[in-house]
Order: sequence, then structure tokens, then C-alpha cells
Amino acid sequence: MADINNLKNKLEKTRPEKIKLATTSLCGCFGCHMSFLDIDERILQLVELVEFDRSPINDIKKVGPCDIGIIEGGVANAENVEVLQEFRKNCKTLVALGACAVNGGIPAMRNQFELKECLEEAYINGVGIENPMIPSDPEIPLLLNKVHPIHEVVKVDYFLPGCPPSGDTIWTFLTELIEGRPISFPYEQIHYD
Amino acid sequence: MTDQQTFSLDGKSIAFEDGDTIMDAALRSGEYIPHLCHNPEFKPHGSCRVCIVNVNGRHVSSCTFPASQDLKVESNTAEIKQKRQSLLQMLFVEGNHVCPGCEKSGACQLQAVAYYCDMLSPHFTHFFPRREVDASHHDFLIDYNRCIVCELCVRASNDVDGKQVFSIQQRGIQRHLAVNSDSGRLGDTSFSKTDKAAHVCPVGAILPKDIGYNQPIGHRLYDRQPISQVGDVAANDKTLQEEDTPHG
Repeated sequence: MADINNLKNKLEKTRPEKIKLATTSLCGCFGCHMSFLDIDERILQLVELVEFDRSPINDIKKVGPCDIGIIEGGVANAENVEVLQEFRKNCKTLVALGACAVNGGIPAMRNQFELKECLEEAYINGVGIENPMIPSDPEIPLLLNKVHPIHEVVKVDYFLPGCPPSGDTIWTFLTELIEGRPISFPYEQIHYD
Repeated sequence: MTDQQTFSLDGKSIAFEDGDTIMDAALRSGEYIPHLCHNPEFKPHGSCRVCIVNVNGRHVSSCTFPASQDLKVESNTAEIKQKRQSLLQMLFVEGNHVCPGCEKSGACQLQAVAYYCDMLSPHFTHFFPRREVDASHHDFLIDYNRCIVCELCVRASNDVDGKQVFSIQQRGIQRHLAVNSDSGRLGDTSFSKTDKAAHVCPVGAILPKDIGYNQPIGHRLYDRQPISQVGDVAANDKTLQEEDTPHG
């Protein structure tokens, strides 16, 4: 594990501002963000090194120029595409965090069906539905025909598999990335489930 | 020891006997070469290509290439690792391998080999093919989404069980596992849970019913140690031996 104070001193010499980190959840369950919070008190060390830009953790809504962007979730609707492209535009390094961002994950299981079939099952033919109708409010982002992993939409620099990746995996990754070391994980920290 | 035949594997001297493949000799010496369609109990198949090695400058599958004196075999190199990753990535994207939703996860050879080869992403564009699940059999189900067409079940059913329950249909990207019954369903065959074919699937395609998730996360086959130390899925399946043992 990195010695955070040494790292902080080193970084302060080479760059006047803190590293900027943004995170978002697209078509995910926020489990990866919960796992991110599983770094527990190490988040205090992390904020010594980085400043959070857009993230559900601070509720900033727009992403600005960042060093690292972390994406949870796959791409399932028009808004996901827009947010992902904004992140790619603004972040020097883009990271796919968790199974859904890496390969579509559980939401991509709907790719076995036509979108129309999914909507009809959920809003028209499903059990216990009253006033059956498919929502069409313009405020609701339009669903894509299929759910895609994020690397099918933008270039991705790093992939962290797992459902979710553990807090330790995320910590290993972030400290090694920030330190500029080659990134490698202990065996138990990489799993696809 | 004057006439001991050897070849070199990543610089180590590996002893072999007449008729050995590179894989046979390597496994006997305790050297792991990643593989999926190979199971030492069956005739080598050479189809998954994950056991690719560099032999005197040529790429060959180690499970089918005969060992011979003074071969220079390279397995654990950056170049071979990259090739194995690409092969694994293609296997992942051409099926539907939803690890978080699979009973086999944690004890799956495809996963374990991919971990061993440091595969972090599928890299390619997913096919998301539409495939069926056949739950017609009382004791076992087939999830075609996860089949990697290693043909181990075909070989086991033909060569050991003498039943020919499984076969491969079509060619190229359409190539897929099929069940030999008029309905095409496993429930309409003589397939039984004591068949060898029920215990050779390296992935979650042929799964026993009623025991899903009985091993907690952290205690599954590949949770703590890599496949190079733990061994293959089939080698760790003790179900058949247990059923052979009479219970008091």
C-alpha cells in the first residue's frame, strides 16, 4: 500500500493542484459506488490526494476537466451515452468500474429480448399492472435497443471487473494509478462476479 | 538416466515419454499450461487454442503437439499471454457469460483461466447471441449461453458413457452444441447424473440442479488460489466417486 504522506509530498512538488476525480453511475445499481465507500476511513487519505469533481458522493451534477473519470454501469439509454461522452471529453483517464461497465452485466441480460418485449412485459402484460401504458414523457431518456459495455461507445483506459470490485481492489487501483506505478492486483482482488 | 528424453519449457527441462504431447509431459512435471478443451482423460482436441505455445518459432496447441527431443517451448511469455487473452476475450464475447448471475461462478474454468491470463476486459464487441436454456431434465440443465463448444461432454458421452447424448451441429460461428433426441431436449435422452458427461463441463453450461450457490463466496474452487495450483474443474469434481461409495 502506498505511503500516503510521501505520495502527497511528491505530488505537491510536481503539480500545484490536487488530482481531480469524477465518478458516475450509468446503467448500474450503485453497488460499485457502495464498494468504493468500502475503502472506509481510507477515503480520508484519498481526499488528501484528490479532489472530487462530479460524483454521487458530493452531488455535483456536471463534470469538468478531470484527471480520472470512473464509470459504473453500462450504456442503456440516451442519457447514459451523453454522460459517458461528457466524461470521455473531460477526463484524461477513463476507468470502467465493475461488471456492467466492463461487459454490460446483469442489465445486458435484456439483450436476449426485443426492447418492445421488455417494455410490454414491464408496463403492459406484467402481473398486477394498473392503467397499462408504456411511459413516453419527453423527460424520460429513451432506451437503447441493447445495453452496451462502455468500451463499445468510448475509448476506455482501464477496466476493473467485479460485481462489485471490492473496496480493496479499488484502493489498490487508485493508489497505484496516482503513484504512476504499473497496476497489478493480488489474486483475490480480481473476480468477475 | 542416459536416454531420458527432454524438451525445454520456458527454459526448464521437461522429461517426456514416447507418445506424449507437450501438454502431457508438462502436466506430469507439474508445469501448468492454460487449457479449456483439454482433459487428460480424453483424446486431445486442440480446438480452444488457449494452450497455444511457441515451439521453435511456430505457434502450436500444446495439447496436440507431440513432444520431441530438445524442442524449445515458450509458454509463459508476454507474447503468448497476449494471444491467450485474445482467445479468451473472443470466447467471452461470442457467448453470454454473465458471471454475477451464474451458479458456476467462482468454480468455472473459463473464469479461472482468464484470471490466470490477467484478462481484465472483454476488449471486443459483444455478440449478445440469443440462446436457449434447456431445463427439461430432472437432474441437470443446459444453458447454451455459456457453452464454449469444447466438446468434452460430446467426447465423454461417446467414449465413456456409450450414449451419444450430445453432438455438434453446423459450422463456423453457427457451430453449437446439440442434444441427440427428436425433441432436441435433454429430458428426452438417457442422460443421467452418473454419466461421465455430466461431470466434465468446464463452464456453467451443463449444471446439476438443486445445488446452486451451495458454496459460499470465498470458499469456491478458484476464490483463493489460481487454477495453476488448484487444477481443472473436472479434476476437482468428486461427485462420481462419492456416488460410487456405498453409504452405511
